[in-house]
Amino acid sequence: MTETAVRTVLVLVENTADAALRSPALEALTLARTLGEVVALTLTEPNRRALDQLAEAGVDRVLQADLGDAPREIPVVAAAAVAAAVEHVRAALVLLTSSFVNKEIAAHTAWRTGAGLLIDVTSLADDGGRLVGGKRVFAGTWDTECAITTDRAVVTLRPNALAAEPAAAPGAAVVERLPVSAAAPAGLELLDRVVHEVSADASGVVRPALAEAAIVVAGGRGTAGDFGPVEDLADALGAAIGTTRDAVDEGWIGHDAQVGQTGVTIAPRVYIGAGISGAPHHHGGMQAARTIIAVNTDSEAPLVEISDFAVIGDLHEILPAAAAAIRSRRDAAALS
Amino acid sequence: MRIVVCVKHVPDLQSTRGFTAERRVIRSADDGTMNEVDENAVEAALALVAAAGDGEHEIIALTLGPDVAADAVRRALQMGADRGVRITDDALAGADYFGTATALAAAIRRIGDVDVVLTGMAALDGLGAVVPSLLAAALNLPQLTVVQELTYSGGALTARRELDGVTETLRATLPAVVAVTDLANTPRFPKFKDIMAARAKEIEVFGAAELGLADAASTARTEVVRAEPRPPRPEPEIVTDSGAGGRALADYLISNNLI
Ligand SMILES: Cc1cc2nc3c(=O)[nH]c(=O)nc-3n(C[C@H](O)[C@H](O)[C@H](O)COP(=O)(O)OP(=O)(O)OC[C@H]3O[C@@H](n4cnc5c(N)ncnc54)[C@H](O)[C@@H]3O)c2cc1C
Repeated sequence: MTETAVRTVLVLVENTADAALRSPALEALTLARTLGEVVALTLTEPNRRALDQLAEAGVDRVLQADLGDAPREIPVVAAAAVAAAVEHVRAALVLLTSSFVNKEIAAHTAWRTGAGLLIDVTSLADDGGRLVGGKRVFAGTWDTECAITTDRAVVTLRPNALAAEPAAAPGAAVVERLPVSAAAPAGLELLDRVVHEVSADASGVVRPALAEAAIVVAGGRGTAGDFGPVEDLADALGAAIGTTRDAVDEGWIGHDAQVGQTGVTIAPRVYIGAGISGAPHHHGGMQAARTIIAVNTDSEAPLVEISDFAVIGDLHEILPAAAAAIRSRRDAAALS
Repeated sequence: MRIVVCVKHVPDLQSTRGFTAERRVIRSADDGTMNEVDENAVEAALALVAAAGDGEHEIIALTLGPDVAADAVRRALQMGADRGVRITDDALAGADYFGTATALAAAIRRIGDVDVVLTGMAALDGLGAVVPSLLAAALNLPQLTVVQELTYSGGALTARRELDGVTETLRATLPAVVAVTDLANTPRFPKFKDIMAARAKEIEVFGAAELGLADAASTARTEVVRAEPRPPRPEPEIVTDSGAGGRALADYLISNNLI
């Protein structure tokens, strides 16, 4: 009897000692299940909560790379672990969530394993044995599909491309250690690494990370440096905060918050751009948002033209009023 | 110090961008430019040479692409690069990330004795941002990528990068691959006399065979199978604020089940 070989899909899961898995990882696991048998890979010891989530996602096998003293923060070192795991489980596909660092890990993994590479896809499907990834390009004006022509594939998946769902049947999530010998490239040294504090508002509400948030409220030059209204609406919506390069250049907010071609590329469910003209550099980084809302004094601003809904007026009035309306609606719903 | 700066000719962001029937990016001289962040890479090369001080220096602008791609090299020459090289061959048309990195790495090896390979952080057409990493892999060199601040002293490069909620400082000895962001510096605007001088410079051309490359198909690992323009977006719903704009925004979010 001949059996069709089941594709092994290796998903790199970022894991910290104390936090649960983030939603992009759960989205990647959800997609991975549709393409084959999923094996999760972590570069540090997975915590209890993460293992529960992996089990819920239907994962039976969790590889924990043991890199010894090698600096796993260096993408080439992480890629050595991914490549070792690819060999160990004979994975035909490696799935990572799209982030700056993961793109670098993906590139090095693909180079080492002879795999084809797709970056920032929003869909990935098996088309008669070939993997085909979908991606929207040129500021949302073209839809493209790209097929992998090699036996192996490395793919990064954009956050929010699909909804994370638990598996029909839970997996065992058994951890297996995988010793990996890797070292930083000769001549390269990580001198310093600072993880930024997650921003929290006065009541201690932690905002979601920009790259993976379902709702983003972005403020540009039109804020004139006052991000209070932007933060107010973001907090009412549980949204992340984004910005333009001009606001970063002005020193109003850190580069981390910059959305666009040389900033973070986002694809949230809702993007609200306040005091942002919508220059192509910015537009290219947020056009994949499902719903685009503009708040601008200028009805001719390019962002208004590409929006689904726009309010023409001063953001300093409109955002706080919108935040208040949302809060009072919530309070009313809670009382009824 | 010998620096190779990789530059790319891309369709201007303001132009109507699209694909040919062969599903390749339309590139024309009229509405194409040097990838803007590559100007930051050229500027970074000039700054490195200045920081390295006395000694022999050479900055070589390198591109892969058809005839129009020479414009990108020309721009780098105007900014102050000493030499221009263009890899071109019909066999290499439609190269993917691997095809591109393989060809650029082969040219860099052929140029020889290169201390620093500089690039922009991403090409503003494809936005993959992986070619710098692939170049480092192909050349087996340490990489400093997404660099916002670059300094050179004591024979080593120090870079600060801010990404994914982390700020890192890395140090690399030469040779190394470096990819800079648009925040790394402010690119100079060439002076008229530099524009004229660049005009006279010959751009060397490397073919695939000279570089020991077979063709794009043998290095490519992906193939674009579909490229379609999207229908234009529907007209936006526009509300002009006269006191109730904030409420209208909240209503829109609530009534469309967006929150
Ligand atoms: C190589 C390169 C890369 C770049 N990369 C990026 C990038 O990644 N991301 C990015 O964002 N930009 C990038 N830029 C910059 C980009 O070209 C634009 O300059 C920038 O996006 C404009 O920012 P802005 O919309 O905040 O400012 P502006 O274009 O000045 O727009 C401000 C808007 O605010 C409106 N406004 C003013 N006051 C108010 C008010 N009170 N209420 C409501 N609206 C008001 C105005 O009508 C205007 O539309 C890049 C540029 C270069 C050269």
